[in-house]
Parts: sequence; C-alpha cells; structure tokens
Amino acid sequence: MTQTSARPAFSKLVPRVPATPETLVKSQPSASAAPGLRMQVRNMNFYYGKVQALHNINLNIATNRVTALIGPSGCGKSTLLRTLNRMYETVRNTRLEGEVLLDNEDILSQDVTRLRRRVGMVFQKPNPFPKSIFENVAYGLRINGLPANQTGRMADAVERSLVRAALWEEVKDQLHKSAYALSGGQQQRLCIARALAVDPEVLLLDEPCSALDPVNTAKVEELLFHLKENCTLVIVTHNMQQAARVSDSTAFVLTGEVIEFSPTPQLFTTPSDPRTEAYITGRFG
Amino acid sequence: MATAHTTVPPAGLTWGPRALVRRLRSGDEIARLVTLVFALLTVVITAMLVYQLWILSALARHKFGWHFLVAQDWDPVFNKFGALPFVYGTLVTSAVGLFVAVPLGLGAAIFLAELAPRRFSDALTFLIDLLAAVPSVIYGLLGVFILVPLMRSEVQPALKHTLGFLPLFQGPAYGIGFLTAGLVLAIMIVPFIISVSREVLLAVPQDQREAALGLGATKWESTWKTVVPYARTGIMGSIFLALARALGETMAVTMVIGNNPRISASLLGPGYSIASVLANEFTEATGNLYLSALVELGLVLFLLTFVLNGLARLLILVTTQRGSGVG
Repeated sequence: MTQTSARPAFSKLVPRVPATPETLVKSQPSASAAPGLRMQVRNMNFYYGKVQALHNINLNIATNRVTALIGPSGCGKSTLLRTLNRMYETVRNTRLEGEVLLDNEDILSQDVTRLRRRVGMVFQKPNPFPKSIFENVAYGLRINGLPANQTGRMADAVERSLVRAALWEEVKDQLHKSAYALSGGQQQRLCIARALAVDPEVLLLDEPCSALDPVNTAKVEELLFHLKENCTLVIVTHNMQQAARVSDSTAFVLTGEVIEFSPTPQLFTTPSDPRTEAYITGRFG
Repeated sequence: MATAHTTVPPAGLTWGPRALVRRLRSGDEIARLVTLVFALLTVVITAMLVYQLWILSALARHKFGWHFLVAQDWDPVFNKFGALPFVYGTLVTSAVGLFVAVPLGLGAAIFLAELAPRRFSDALTFLIDLLAAVPSVIYGLLGVFILVPLMRSEVQPALKHTLGFLPLFQGPAYGIGFLTAGLVLAIMIVPFIISVSREVLLAVPQDQREAALGLGATKWESTWKTVVPYARTGIMGSIFLALARALGETMAVTMVIGNNPRISASLLGPGYSIASVLANEFTEATGNLYLSALVELGLVLFLLTFVLNGLARLLILVTTQRGSGVG
C-alpha cells in the first residue's frame, strides 16, 4: 500500500521482505490517472493485413473490477483482448491504430516484455509447460530475473501464487510432479497461478472456462471473484450467464464494434441497443 | 428415387459366404492381411540379415572369439584380423560429425522455424532437403578436392598452432584423417538435423509460445526456454537419425579418412572405418578367413548401430520422464 505508482516492477517481483499480506495488496492508480481506470482503449482500429477486424473501439477498464467481453464467435472479442497486452504481435501483418493506455501510458511505446509482465494472460485451453508444477509457476519469476539460488524466496513466491489461484491445497505435496498429471481444471488454475506469479496489474482471460466442466468452471469463477480484490480482470466469454455472474461491466462486441458497454446488470436487464437485446435473448449468435 | 431404395434389406440380416465375400471386397480384411505381411517382411528381412552375417562370419568367430573386438592388427597376409581400429574410426568420425553438426543444425532449425519469415523458411528448407538427397560420393568428391587441401594447408596447421598442446591435434597435417572424415559427415548429416528439427519445432503448439510471451519473456527466451525444451524429444530423434547415417556412411568417409587401420589419439591422423574397409577390401578378400573376418566386421557394425539406437531410445525415455518432472 505504501508503494508508489512508479514502482519498479522488480520490487514487486523480488520482495525484499518475506511475503506478508501487505505485500500482496496492489497500489492504487496514481492520482494523475483517470480515477479508477486501469486501462483505456481510445479510437482503436485493428487490421489483419488489409482486413479491418476492429472498428473504432472505445473501452474503459476499471481498476480492480471484472470487465467482460461478450459476443458471437468471430466478432473480434479475442482480438480486442489481445490488443491489451500486444499479444496480437505474434501474428504477422497486423496493425493497430489509435491508443491503448495502461495507467495513462500508451502501451505501444512501452517495452513489450515489461507490458506483458504487467498485463498477464490466461488462455482458452490450459497450456502448462511440460515441466513440474513448481517450475511452471516459477517460470515467470526466473525469466524476470529472480536468481535460481534464491530457492527460499522462489518457494515463497510459488506458494503465494498457488494460494491465490486456489490450487495450493490440492498440489502442495506434489509440486515436483509434472503439470500434465493434473486435471484440466487444475491445469487451468495452474496457468492462472503462473500468470499471477509475476504479480500483474491486469489479468486477461480468454474464455478460460471453455475447456472445463461445470464444477471446475464454478471454481475458476469463484477464484476470479477473489482475484479482483487486487487485480484488474478482463474476461472474454461466449457464455452470457458467466459474464452475468462474474463481471461488473460488460461490453457486447459485434462484427468488430463495441455495440454497448454498460454495467453488467444494466446490460443484461435493460440493454439500450436492440442488437444487444437480440443477442442476450438468444435471437442470434 | 426414394421408392427405389425401399427394397434394400436392412443391414445386419445379410450373412453367409456372399456377404463375407462382399465384406472382403470392401477391403478391411485384405488391407489388414496385406499390411501385416509387409510389416512382417521387415522383421523377416532383418532376421535373415543377422542370420547370414552370423553364418558367414563363423570361421572368423571361431578362430578369434571375443578377441576379435579388441585386437588391433589387420594383416590379411598373416591372417591376423582385429576389429578395434575400425570400430574406433567409425565411432570417432561419427562423434566429430555430431559435435559439429548438432549445434549447426539446431541453430539453423531454430532460425528457420522461429525467426525467419515463413516463405523464406519454406524455400530454404526445400533446398536443405535437396542437400539430404545428394549422393554421398558427391560429398566425398567435395571432401577430396576442396576440404582435404584446405585442411592440409590452412585448418590443420592453425589447429596445431592454437590447440596443439592437446593430444587431439598433434602429428603431421596430412589433410586426410579422422577430422576431415568427421567434417564431411557433419556436412552430410546437417540437412537431416535441420529438416527434422524444424518440423518438430513448427509442431510445438502456439499456446506454449504465447504462454511464455504472456509472462514477459522475450522472443528468444520463449524460443530457448519453452519451445526448444518442448520439442526436445523430436530434436533428439533427428540427432539419432543423423548418427545412424554417420555410422553407416561408406563412400564419403572412404575417400577422405586415409584408409589406414590405426588407432591414433590425434584427430589429424589417418584411420579407417568399418564401412570403408568393407567397401575397399571385399572384392579382394582372397582367403576364406579374410572374407569371414570382413563379414564379422559387418556384424559388429550392425550391432553397434543396434546398441546405439537402443541407448538413444533409452535416453529419450529417461529424459522425457525427467523432463516432465523437474525441468
């Protein structure tokens, strides 16, 4: 809580003091930032080659809230999510126009590795590395410079991340087993723990439950509820009930445009656009 | 149309020889039998090969016993035959070949799979695959006319000058020898390593790369710490494929190794390999014992390949189990 907004990322990664609940609490956005907005998308257009995939997107992502992106398949909601940490750059010939701001800084002018450390990502399919559970969580810390000989600190950080991802109790006795030995739901929570280990300010989730059964979906949803206490979440989902359950505000995306962006209860009860109403009542999509 | 089909009896009620014939015609049984025969054929051919090598080498095996494997003399005039210089030459040249080719091939494969634009990568891979198809005698000629003079006048003197204190690089610079043969082998097996490793790297799921990048990894960290370890088993497979080729390579090695059954610690010295001595001396093997000894060398090469392949598979098995544990 005493950290300033300009804190270097490493002070978070490598806490000089043993982990305490205080070290987990995120800093508030700086006073200069628009109040309560972690990320802003302004007049953003996005192209795959010559094909325009996103049209004039404007989106405000509130700090420590869950923002859901819903819409039919192929509408561009995943693409929109991937602009937030510049993951679209893994695809050749893509182009982004407009602004995407993180704490009022343009993400395009930042170092992309630092950006992605601050804006983590969880994918549609659980994608653990073929390593042990411990090494999966430690990966981000290692590449970001926590030395291998700091085993005590590393173990602390791994435990903390697994606790945050609600996986610790299930795996604490088998940290050195392969991540592939876990069930699908556990693997997805491991991937969340892996993303949390580098202490991101924003976590992007791209249909994180689409490969999971209802029981594990419920677990992940409950986890999201706790995570937003100190992390800003953006979730893409094709499941409207899920968006209604977990999110604070929802954007309805259709053919590359944000049709409507409102607080979740409002969007699902009194949508202002007929197309939103048609979608949420199941008339298309 | 619809009425024409109503007279067809429901499936399952037609049995008997005619139905069986029809089923056979449909292909399942025939396909199973034919493919089974083909599969068994490979086993039978291998078994016959070993049997022939075993029978034809009987004379030498009875005369020399296990001593054949450790004896160093090869003197057809006095009927003294030992396999060790040839085993040594085969292993050393293959080792030199792998030592040079593995980093080179892996590096090129990483470039082609991860860094190069896809079109450029495909074009280059096409050329590399062509290299793999070049007859080995061509590589031998390349060795004799380009590599050997270069080694004699430039590389070997330079090696002696800088690393000459090592036993590996002592003695006169002939140009020919273990080192040159190993380098020719390296040139020959690099295309295998590149081609197969590239395919394996390309097969690594994209979500592995994105998982690493999403944690703040650089492109290279994602490649070296995630993609390559993920593809490790396949990369090792490509290396063992290359090793198998190196062990059995005959023509190119024969042309540059020096064909002298000697064991020398120096890589600059001339040597001999099993495949080379078979190629060189089979036609002129006059006595029965001489011929039998050559066949036994063939048996040794066969077993060598067999054992190394077995070890390779074991290594892959062990490392994949451990690799999925503590990385």
